[in-house]
Order: sequence, then structure tokens, then C-alpha cells
Amino acid sequence: MEPVIHLRGVVCLLGRFPALAGVDLSVEQGEIVLLQGPNGAGKSTLLRLCAGLQPVATGTARVLGHDLATESHQVRVRVGLLAHATFLYDDLTVADNVRFWTLAAKADLDDAQRAMQRLGLADRLAEVKVSRLSTGQRRRVAIAILMARRPELWLLDEPHAGLDQDGRDLVDALVREAAEVGATVVIASHELDRAAQLAPRHVTIVGGAITAITADTAAGPAGVPEHQQPEAVRSAP
Amino acid sequence: MLRDARLIAAKDLRIELRSKVTASQILPFALLVLMLFAFALDPDSQALERATPGLFWVAVLFVTVLAVERSFSLEGGDGVRDALRLAGLEPGGVFLGKFAALVVQLLVVEVVLLLGVLLLYSRDLAGVGLLAATMLAATAGIGAAGTLYGVLAAGLRVRETLLPFLLLPVLAPVLIAATRAFESALDGVPSDGWPWFNLLAVFALVYIGIGILTFGSLLEES
Repeated sequence: MEPVIHLRGVVCLLGRFPALAGVDLSVEQGEIVLLQGPNGAGKSTLLRLCAGLQPVATGTARVLGHDLATESHQVRVRVGLLAHATFLYDDLTVADNVRFWTLAAKADLDDAQRAMQRLGLADRLAEVKVSRLSTGQRRRVAIAILMARRPELWLLDEPHAGLDQDGRDLVDALVREAAEVGATVVIASHELDRAAQLAPRHVTIVGGAITAITADTAAGPAGVPEHQQPEAVRSAP
Repeated sequence: MLRDARLIAAKDLRIELRSKVTASQILPFALLVLMLFAFALDPDSQALERATPGLFWVAVLFVTVLAVERSFSLEGGDGVRDALRLAGLEPGGVFLGKFAALVVQLLVVEVVLLLGVLLLYSRDLAGVGLLAATMLAATAGIGAAGTLYGVLAAGLRVRETLLPFLLLPVLAPVLIAATRAFESALDGVPSDGWPWFNLLAVFALVYIGIGILTFGSLLEES
């Protein structure tokens, strides 16, 4: 079975700057993978690339069975990206935003309603304009929209950022539930303690290149197949 | 495509209903322009009477620049343009939806402006059919070209200053044809105006077609 994410020698340019400089990575269906690394390492660019939003300069990039160079449109509708930006219209209410993006993605409005209830958005916040929400509340709306889409591949960029304790626990529960029903999850995070508990496999990215892939047996059973180790790791004594 | 167009148009109009930018900012601006023209040209003179159709459409073009900038600033906030690309909407549908919402807003402004012209400039309303048809065709052309050039400028840092430079020369044929058609309608000789209406209709159809075909590529690059 083809991996959900299959990258070989992928280079991605932001202007003339190589944000990704020869990335090799494979992620299987149902896996939860943690992307870790310092600021500017290329984590967000890697997530955007996997979402089909960032063009591949060189290398091979296949996501959900599609070549990103030629079929990024087929990938986009099947992934859910939780980015730093929340993708919300400030002048619309919470309910308006959830409804619009759910219909835009041709997803089910009942799923959207359930997601709003789960995120605590269905009652008094539903008719509040997004411009009046706090950072954490905006984040909850973005997560509700992501849930309603039922993506096959979840790409989460700092998913715990801005959330209270209850919200963080909820994100963890949603990630586990998604993986249980076969979705694949990639999390970029600086909150390593929390994210590491979710993800059996940790990918370290520095300067646009993967420098280590390690397995955390405490988080789950997934190991690191040898072919998925980066060159530098495989050749280490 | 039409489903996506309805969705986008409804969203844009809902944002307008909730934010009231057209009603509270763009419409008063249009009326202000009209009043300034009246102050500059003595209402009792023949000059204002002769210039009325042209002044009306110049005011509409000023309003168009503001409305187009507003329409695409909605998609520029908080990563929304990325979300539109991820949603898998038909690009042609997005174009038609934004075009339709823009046309509705411009038509509302034009109706109020027309009432202002009749009151401020003391003009009689003759040739109602030609007047209405001209407004529809000219607004469709302005809306289609505005939507197309709006997305073209959307990704640029200098979009506020660049958009008028790109858009207004393109709309010069609409200004000329709509002004001539309005002159015929207001002078009570509508038959002279219908050829100008035909030109406006062709302009609108051409730009709607170009928009449907090219909007996807422009959205990707913006």
C-alpha cells in the first residue's frame, strides 16, 4: 500500500530561499507523526507542501496517491490544514463561517453542527462575529471546520497554541479519534511533551532538512522502518 | 460551478449586510462625488445638464475601484485565500460569485446615484427601458473586469494604488458607451442609445468569459 505521504529529495523554495532542502519522508495511513525543530526550520512549509499549497521545486512528492506537481487540486480537498492563520472571515459570525466552509468543502452540515457542539461553539458563541473572539476561540472555530471536513490527512501546525487546558485536551482526543478511524495526522509543534504523547514517531527538521527520525515506544507501537530513516541517520555508526 | 457561485455570492453579500461597508462608506462617497460635481458646475448652467451622464458614470467608476478593493480584501485576511484553494471550489464559480455580489452592490449604489442625479441636477427621467438596460449591461461589464483585475492585484503589496491604474483604462470603453446610451435615454431619443447598449453587452460577455476561464490561474498566483 502506498504511503499517505511519500517525499523523496523534495526541495521547496520561498522566493529564492530553499525552505525545504532535500526532504525524504514517508508516512503510512493511520500514523500520528510529530514534526519538531526550531523556528524557521521548515515545519510549516512542509505542512503547506503536503496540503498542496506550496509548489515542489525539485524531487518527488506524492500525497494520498497523487503527485503534488501535477495533481495538487485532488490532494487539497482531502486534507485538513490547521495553520497559524485561522482561515476565517472576521465580519461573519461563528455559525456563518462554519456553515460557509462546510458547504464550500461539500461536507455535511450535521457534522459541522456536531463539531461546533464538541468545541463549545454551538450556544452563545454561534452568533458572535469572529472579529470579537479571542485567539483561543478563533482556534476552536478553525478546528470545528477542520472536523466537519473529515479529512483523510490532518496537518496540524501548533494545534495547541492559544487554547486553554480543556481545549488542549480536546485537540489530543480529536487527534487520537481521527487516527483510530484511519486518518493520518502530522503535527508540527514546539510543545514537545504534549505532542510527543500523541505521536509514536518524531521527525526532527533543521534548516529545511530532516536530521533525525526517532520512535517513542511509550507513545505507541510504531517504530521507524529503516528505509524511512534519513541518509545521515542510516549511515551513522 | 453555479452552486459554488451562489455560495460565494451569498457569503459576500452576507458580509456586506453584517459590515455595512457599502452602505456606510461607499454609498456616501458616491453621493459626495455627485454633490462636488454639482458645486463645481453651476446647476443652472447648460454645462451640468450636458455633463450629467458622464459625471454619473465617472462616479460609478470611482465607486467600483473602492468596491473591488473591498471585495478582495475580504479574501486576503487571515489566510482565507489559502482556504479557498483548499476548499476545492470551482474557480469559475468563485469568479461568478464574486462578480454577482459586486454587481448587486454596484446596482444598489447606481440606483441611489440616479435618484441623486434626478434631484440634484434637475434631470427628467425619459427612456426608462434603455436606462435600465444600460445600467445592467454596463454594471455587468464593470463587475466582470473589476473582479478579474481585482484578483490580479490582490496578491500585490501595492494593490491599492495599482488597481485604479490597471482597471480604469480597461473600463474606458464602458464609460464612453454607457455615457452615450444615458445621453440618449435622458434626451428622450432612446433609439440612438441601443447600439451603445449592444457594445456594453458584448464587453460584459467577453469579460465574463475571460474571467471564468482565467480566474483559477490568477487565484493560484495571487
